[in-house]
Amino acid sequence: MDTWTFGWTLALIGMGGTMLVLWLLSLLILLIKKIFPYQPDPSAAKKG
Amino acid sequence: MESALVSGAQGLFLGVLNLGPGHVIMIMIGSLLLYLGISKGYEPLLLVPIGFGAILVNIPLSEMMAEGGFIRFFYDAGVRTEVFPLLIFIGIGAMTDFKPLLENPKIILLGAAGQFGIFITLLLALALGFDKLDAVAISIIGACDGPTAIYVSSKFAPHMLGAVSVAAYSYMSLVPLIQPPIMRALTTERERKIVMGAVKLEPISKTTKIIFPIAVTIFASILAPKGAPLIGTVMLGNLMRESGVVERLKSASENEIANIVTLLLGLCIGATMEADKFLKAQTLLVLALGFIAISLDTAVGILFGKAMCALTGGKINPLIGAAGISAFPMSARVVQAEGQKYNKKNYLLMHAMSANAGGQIGSVIAAAVMLSVLQGMGIVGG
Repeated sequence: MDTWTFGWTLALIGMGGTMLVLWLLSLLILLIKKIFPYQPDPSAAKKG
Repeated sequence: MESALVSGAQGLFLGVLNLGPGHVIMIMIGSLLLYLGISKGYEPLLLVPIGFGAILVNIPLSEMMAEGGFIRFFYDAGVRTEVFPLLIFIGIGAMTDFKPLLENPKIILLGAAGQFGIFITLLLALALGFDKLDAVAISIIGACDGPTAIYVSSKFAPHMLGAVSVAAYSYMSLVPLIQPPIMRALTTERERKIVMGAVKLEPISKTTKIIFPIAVTIFASILAPKGAPLIGTVMLGNLMRESGVVERLKSASENEIANIVTLLLGLCIGATMEADKFLKAQTLLVLALGFIAISLDTAVGILFGKAMCALTGGKINPLIGAAGISAFPMSARVVQAEGQKYNKKNYLLMHAMSANAGGQIGSVIAAAVMLSVLQGMGIVGG
């Protein structure tokens, strides 16, 4: 593989791949937050 | 008897007789690193052992890096095997609070934009005639993440480890000097004055905090398997932090283990700076390209921030794009300081912290993606 094919392939797939993986991670975080929402501790609420 | 005395006396002067100008220059460079670490406070935890290692290895006939030498032992055990940076990653994970990112996950995309300097620098390095894997090692300075730079360069270009590491850590400590002029050049005063609303502090459940490192490890490692050691170690440290059930292990990771490994890693990096390997025009090019890489990260991050500003109708201050790099929390603080210069009522810190936490994950993911693409292209073995 010549140098420029290597360089452009790595740069384009690298940038696109990084963006894609991080975007998917943001969706994953939203999903986890949706499945496990914050619930206030009932015992703390009673004390308060 | 007489000849024995002469030979013995000569032994005292062997070091002096073998001292070349290269050794002297490198001892001066090692001393400069010590000065920067001790007097200027630039990344002292790394620059002090690196500077001292550079001095030790350039003492003629000291044989620190010869087969069986004192530092060579640790180099073979921890750097050549890539274990040291990974152990540091466990400590980093144990020290990092990803809560700002969990509160505002969309901002993680700024952490991706903040890594683009890596790939643009790769093309620049190739244009300057560097070998493919050397160019990869140089470009990773743009991750603005010391352990990632060490991991990748020790894997692909161990002969460049000294230059790449010194560049990575030096520029990381210079982020408060490097970023502001780029921020001012790429944004208008009106943009810098944009007040972002208060971060809606959405409470995060403990379960989410615990599942996050496990899910990221599985998900990201499947997408970029070659990066599993990087992603896995950061997330293992974070899991120990958030689970709250292995306080001793978490404490050891962020204190004893991180401290010991930092010391040995610094010495080993310094010891790669032997005069005949370091004093080359190529080293200056590596340092220059490292600077360009970090500047490009900042520039692309800000441009991405400008795009987000336009898309949201001016609700996002583009300055926070500069925080999408891995220098945490230094870069977020720079954004906050710069924003306040133009509008005293502007509190960008929490927004910038989210982008900065995204940059921390982004740098690891970018390296992982890079390793996997290299594997896919058959440049590195599976």
